[in-house]
Amino acid sequence: MNTVAIVDYGMGNLRSVAKAIEHVAPQARVLVTNEPAAVAAADRVVVPGQGAMPDCMRELDARGLRGPVIDAARSKPFLGICIGLQMLFDASDEGNVAGLGVFRGQVRRFPAERMHGADGMRLKVPHMGWNRVAQAKPHPLWQGIDDGERFYFVHSYFVVPGDGALSAGRTGYGVDFTAAVAQDNIFAVQFHPEKSAQAGLALLGNFMRWKP
Amino acid sequence: MLAKRIIPCLDVNAGRVVKGVNFVGLRDAGDPVEIARRYDAQGADELTFLDITASSDARDIILHVVEQVAEQVFIPLTVGGGIRAVDDVRRLLNAGADKVSMNTAAVQNPQLVADASGKVGAQCIVVAIDAKRVTGEGGPARWEVFTHGGRRPTGLDAVEWARRVQALGAGEILLTSMDRDGTKIGFDLPLTRAIADAVDIPVIASGGVGTLAHLADGISEGHADAVLAASIFHYGEFTVGEAKDFMRSRGIEVR
Repeated sequence: MNTVAIVDYGMGNLRSVAKAIEHVAPQARVLVTNEPAAVAAADRVVVPGQGAMPDCMRELDARGLRGPVIDAARSKPFLGICIGLQMLFDASDEGNVAGLGVFRGQVRRFPAERMHGADGMRLKVPHMGWNRVAQAKPHPLWQGIDDGERFYFVHSYFVVPGDGALSAGRTGYGVDFTAAVAQDNIFAVQFHPEKSAQAGLALLGNFMRWKP
Repeated sequence: MLAKRIIPCLDVNAGRVVKGVNFVGLRDAGDPVEIARRYDAQGADELTFLDITASSDARDIILHVVEQVAEQVFIPLTVGGGIRAVDDVRRLLNAGADKVSMNTAAVQNPQLVADASGKVGAQCIVVAIDAKRVTGEGGPARWEVFTHGGRRPTGLDAVEWARRVQALGAGEILLTSMDRDGTKIGFDLPLTRAIADAVDIPVIASGGVGTLAHLADGISEGHADAVLAASIFHYGEFTVGEAKDFMRSRGIEVR
């Protein structure tokens, strides 16, 4: 049985993530759970997250999920979504909070002075809507997805990896930022595959079949 | 480059999609789940459900509508109408909504915007502004905010209110021109532009779309980040795909 644990630390629309995974992997057992033991026992782990990173880190710790999430990031197919990507890094400018430190790097806010489009129009923050993701390297999770495909984003902060080789996808919005990272058993994205129509469902399907 | 969004809007009354003119005179337009699936297939970028159910007994029906839609449609869903408390926000998000939109409650209790934004994040909180022009043509334009489905004046200036809700923690503004709603003569472009230029958060233009050119004008002349329309899509006059083709032909970036 392919069991996937969607880590519930009280932040974000987990139902959408669960429904999208059930849609692409009807045979899988999809658990939305805040139980450290269930996360540890699952074959695959998804860490979503919405809202402010300091709240997310606090809620993760309050439920005793920090250890199981770090263990999962080291050992099994792991998908981070939005804050679930950002928390893998050392620290965030948002509330000056420390992350899990799985990857070296920082989480930065879109710089106000750079938020202008090619036509001079002001770019709004949050970065909300469908933007292109250029695939920075081949990866099983990009299978069947066009390079430059659009995904749905909602965020005001983005990750700046210490190691540029981590980047698996890039997006332009005032700045050119890392929209996806990949290393070993970890794939993590700034956009919301569960809200990205067919492209997002394809990515989630690829994750459920992935054998890193 | 970020695509400009096209958002079909479904007014939901007791579980059915309806459409009125100038906030009155409702006509049945179909089953929400069926309509949501059709728009998703056509390439809609998001969907907005406005619960206009008057009876408080029927309020929870919207939760079931959202649950059903969220099981089948994998694009962002915004739900508005009847939200009074942070708990209402949570229940809608738990049912599968991605954003909630508040209007009357935000005016009556601005702290609700701040509290909800603090709890669930600004990206989930949309403030809907129903605005009506209160100055004649020619003079400096001014628009007033109305609540209770457009029935009650508030004395608030729409541009000032937009800045205020941004400061309170709204992540997006859904701006409806009451003068144009249901008229099919196009968005109130000066209103749209005044609000879109006054805030740093995205603005969705709404009210008055009758042609595809109106949608494009909302972006290029109104400076909106997204355009919302109901009747031109519900009655099959245009598909979302046709709307996107048209906007593309005008040089507007769409998905």
